[in-house]
Amino acid sequence: MDVVFGFVGYDFAVLVADRAATQQIIVQKLDEDKIVELDSTKIMALSGPKGDCVAFGEYLRANVRLYRLKYGHELDVSATAHYARNELAEALRSGPYQVNCLLAGFDKLKNEPELHFMDYLATCHRVNTGGHGYGGMFCLSLFDKHWVPNMSRAQAMDLVDLCVGEVCERLVTAPTDYLVKIVDKNGCETIVYDATDRLKKRRDLMADVAARMASMN
Amino acid sequence: MNGPTLDFSFLDATARGSMASKHVDESLDAIDGNMHECNFKAPAVEDFEGFQREVINYVKPNHGTTTLAFIFEHGIVVAVDSRASQGPYISSQTVKKVIEINPFLLGTMAGGAADCQFWQRNLGIQCRLHELENGKRITVRAASKLLANTLYSYKGKGLSMGTMVAGWDLNGPGLYYVDSEGTRLKGQRFSVGSGSLFAYGVLDQGYKWDLTVEEACELGRRAIYHATFRDAFSGGTVSVYHVGANGWTKVTGDDVGELHFSYYPATPVDDVDAHCGGEGKKEAEARAATEASAMET
Repeated sequence: MDVVFGFVGYDFAVLVADRAATQQIIVQKLDEDKIVELDSTKIMALSGPKGDCVAFGEYLRANVRLYRLKYGHELDVSATAHYARNELAEALRSGPYQVNCLLAGFDKLKNEPELHFMDYLATCHRVNTGGHGYGGMFCLSLFDKHWVPNMSRAQAMDLVDLCVGEVCERLVTAPTDYLVKIVDKNGCETIVYDATDRLKKRRDLMADVAARMASMN
Repeated sequence: MNGPTLDFSFLDATARGSMASKHVDESLDAIDGNMHECNFKAPAVEDFEGFQREVINYVKPNHGTTTLAFIFEHGIVVAVDSRASQGPYISSQTVKKVIEINPFLLGTMAGGAADCQFWQRNLGIQCRLHELENGKRITVRAASKLLANTLYSYKGKGLSMGTMVAGWDLNGPGLYYVDSEGTRLKGQRFSVGSGSLFAYGVLDQGYKWDLTVEEACELGRRAIYHATFRDAFSGGTVSVYHVGANGWTKVTGDDVGELHFSYYPATPVDDVDAHCGGEGKKEAEARAATEASAMET
């Protein structure tokens, strides 16, 4: 069960994905990167069958780069989203890809960050916040309550904290390691996010609550 | 749009056959350049999935297995069991589940025996062709990608494989997990097969980076032994391979029955308590003795 979510801030967009590669009940590795860097200003988080994700990610990245070589300018973010959606739509009836994705990027012309939500049924929406899978669902209400337009980076990291904390607390089989990628006009920055600190804070809080409860009686 | 004029010839069909023949012996032309695209035709039936369910019973041996491989300071250890089963029937106890692709590359076998043997032999061909074309050995990264590409192209067509590709190249040791779903993972430690849960238990607890070669081989052997003990579909002998800078060597092949009795000797003992190592009885006796002496004073 991949945990994938993302949102836009003032002049950047954030994608978060867990780092676990799992097969049935086995965690095969804890340092997987599920967020493909298509080019310097576009990143895409993929969830679904592992083989499909890698194949689709590599295919898109190659074609986005080929477009730049061929025509001398870059595809903008929404064009990339429509291109990816079209690929998913064609794949839907002919077999291959069953991939859910989030495309985040910074549009240099419009000078604003963008986030596009896509699933394997070839839905495509431009959104401010979005997530995939059960992990993403836990985040939706948090986004509704805590996301505001034009967030700063510090605010964004606080929101990531909230989401990861919630996933760790409520989702069975929650992963512990996450990768946060922030994309802006200068490129993509990667932050390795270890949720164990977050979990410890939460546990201390609950221990404190329990202690206070006990002292009441 | 007038973009800069670029040479896109590198995007045309790759080396094999055209460019390659400039450098390589002409006899190569006789070999089909795209060996990996064997182009097996899917059966011409309307309901492919139903057909597959029907015929799969005839051709699916070797479903239970335990294989493992891990990287450590002095290379890679690969350890496997040797049992093949068809349902409840043990069809062989002497299967070779490590496939020697070339002197620097090993593959392991879990899932369908025929699928693993065929496609890893095919991978061997591709790796050799790569050597002839480029004059140097293929990297583990590239070799595993070749296999993953092949398997991905047959995804959903009924292949069943879970394999690890281990080897040594310019970058040192390399280990990849590749399966018939098209998954390809780079890693330090993998176990595949029905007994993998048990093997992981022993392997994860005993693993350190700075194991000696002997310790590492013993860890692999021990992990497979414990997997064969708990998993009915794993057994036979434990084969252990070591991959170092000079290629792989086969270290040992031990019957799990003999291993069992060497780990847990069944010789009769006089003092059962002392043999088992439990300290509880001794402590209780000591406690009773001190209490008794305290009572006296």
